[in-house]
Amino acid sequence: MADTKKSQKHRSVTRGKWGIIFLLPFALAFFAFQLYPLVSTIYNSFFKNFRDGLTQVGPEFIGLENFKTLFQDGLLLKYAGNTLIMWLIGFIPQILISLLLASWFANHRLRIRAAGFFKTVIYMPNLIMASAFAMLFFALFSDIGPVNAVLESMGFGTFRFFSSVWATRILVGFMNFLMWFGNTTILLMAGIMGIDPALFEAAEVDGARPGQIFRQITLPILRPILLYVMLTSMIGGIQMFDVPQILTDGYGSPNTTSMTLIMYLNQHMYSKNYGMGGALSVILLIMTAILSLLVFKFMVKKKED
Amino acid sequence: MKRVTKLLSLGLVLMMVVGMLSACGDKKDENADGATTGGKVLNIRVWNDEFAKRMRDHMPGYTVTDKENPLGGGMLGDVKVVFTQVENKGTAYQDALDAALEKQGDAKDDEKVDIFLVEADYAAKYIESSYALDVHTVGLTDSDLANQYQYTKDAVTDSNGVLKGVSWQACPAGLIYRRDIAEKVLGTDDPEKVQEAVKDWATFTATAETMKGEGYAMVAGYDDTFRVFSNNVTSKWVVDGKLNIDAQLKAWVDQTKEFTDKGYNNKASLWDDNWSSGFYPEGNVFCYFGPAWFIDFSMKAEASKSVAAQGGWGLVEGPQGYFWGGTWICAAAGTDNADEIKDIMLAMTCNEEVMTNIVKKDNDFANNKAAMEAMAKTDYTSKVLGGQNPLSIFAAAASNVELKYISTYDQGCNESFQKAMKDYFDGVCDYETALTNFKNTIKAKYPAITVE
Repeated sequence: MADTKKSQKHRSVTRGKWGIIFLLPFALAFFAFQLYPLVSTIYNSFFKNFRDGLTQVGPEFIGLENFKTLFQDGLLLKYAGNTLIMWLIGFIPQILISLLLASWFANHRLRIRAAGFFKTVIYMPNLIMASAFAMLFFALFSDIGPVNAVLESMGFGTFRFFSSVWATRILVGFMNFLMWFGNTTILLMAGIMGIDPALFEAAEVDGARPGQIFRQITLPILRPILLYVMLTSMIGGIQMFDVPQILTDGYGSPNTTSMTLIMYLNQHMYSKNYGMGGALSVILLIMTAILSLLVFKFMVKKKED
Repeated sequence: MKRVTKLLSLGLVLMMVVGMLSACGDKKDENADGATTGGKVLNIRVWNDEFAKRMRDHMPGYTVTDKENPLGGGMLGDVKVVFTQVENKGTAYQDALDAALEKQGDAKDDEKVDIFLVEADYAAKYIESSYALDVHTVGLTDSDLANQYQYTKDAVTDSNGVLKGVSWQACPAGLIYRRDIAEKVLGTDDPEKVQEAVKDWATFTATAETMKGEGYAMVAGYDDTFRVFSNNVTSKWVVDGKLNIDAQLKAWVDQTKEFTDKGYNNKASLWDDNWSSGFYPEGNVFCYFGPAWFIDFSMKAEASKSVAAQGGWGLVEGPQGYFWGGTWICAAAGTDNADEIKDIMLAMTCNEEVMTNIVKKDNDFANNKAAMEAMAKTDYTSKVLGGQNPLSIFAAAASNVELKYISTYDQGCNESFQKAMKDYFDGVCDYETALTNFKNTIKAKYPAITVE
């Protein structure tokens, strides 16, 4: 009896060792590329540390001074607002269209022909680099670009897209939508296909209409996937910068209405300002954490109801 | 198998250790601020192939490895010339250069930066540092430099009066006009008479009104006259650590707003497609502002259908003298190729014959007063300018250019100011808002500047 116990204990220790060995690559990568940069960013945010031409200024400990500077001029709030607006412009159509497409693709009754082809096509925009995408749109919608040539020939005259606040924002949102709706569709489709078909069949036998099935069965079961899509998209949205950065040459024009938080962060790189850059990153981290918690709480609670 | 692996790893470890030891052995005791001779590799930092091409075409004793690829380097005597190119956009070139210069003291001899090029907008940053050597240290004398235009020396003289760079080109600029439009609207394409129509800003504006009446735009867009005003400022961007907006810059804003509202321009931004559409006969732009390199390098002379290829442009002084751009050659502190640097600087920037050849081959305006004034009287003509000899106009302008008010912050300030004011010109916001946006950008880009 005692012998068996001993051997069992021994075996479990051995397994533990292997667990650690298998975890090691991840743990090392995490420490080197995630935790260390994270901690050093927070550390840097308390220092005055930048370059003035070829002269290094600092590092000098200044406490919360960087955070104070950031909150004082009110730019942070404005840029956060811009980011939110442009994210929503992209996200709302993205989630709606993706839901629609996903339910179509997953619905065996529709028997969509060449579904594989279409699934590939809608994913395609995501394969293009965001910067290349932005440059393409910049050329398309420029004052003398093809879109304006078409408008002109239809008798509307030239519309200067990048001098209009909403045209620029909508273009940014539209580009993000185009790039990400394929990805979202695939995720949602996986979610829908995971639902037991017996549920759909039962509903149909009970005489439920497609709309009812969608609202009463698909959506509630899909909630965890929706939560995941929402969270990842939101975190991506807070970090939005590539498209507007290229489209507006980093200035968030017109009148800084398309300037996002990360573009603001990029401006601080001009003088290698680790202090202010760090402070802004810390604020972003806190914002992301709070928003994620809120969404999570809200969604999970609803499920329990 | 196992044995092989073991041997292999042992070999690798040995190689690493030996490599480390040899790297240590290479390190010499030398003064990082000075210059030594006898190096076998000459490292040159550039952002485009202009200097490499000039070297290929004009440097005596230099053989390029591949004629089609001047950046591929070559041999200068028994010294290997290596070009390192980093794009100029944003601060990429400067970032890479800064990193290399900081490591200069520890770098192997063959990897040390020997020559680096700087542009007017950020020359001051390097000139005020100890990374650029006094050209006299390398071996140039004041008599070698006597014929260079004064402003090209002022631009790279530090606050202690030490000259730290030399240039093969001077960039006095003028007003470049479409001959056919001048003929049609002003009744003549003769430079002297066209100059009458653009001799000062008031006349320039009056002519713009006439141009508009005939369906032409006076200038392409917002930034065309910016350099004309910004080169005639009477104070720096930063005074006593504080951001300062000179009256000339405000004058540019006011003029451009007026031109935009009255439809005298095409609302284009510098270098964009709308802006460069005026380089073709279908375009409706009467004039551009630019120096010699602009005419040959930027006006699409290589495209057979462009106005430039057909020799349809003319050059006059314009409303105000100014310059635009320019590249300077600096010797890096710690170089081990002082002799070669001296040879290059002497040949490429002081040798009258080379300077004359640069003008003939590349239509550039060379940095040699005597040579340029002599050439102005010859039958040298520019094809782009329809057979006009532009040198007398450039020579006159070059003598008048002053470059007293440059600061280390010019690149970011000029760029951001033009960008921010675009919103005001477009009517998206008022001047005050645009100015605030500009100040916010400067605050983020240059934390060292006090912005009020």
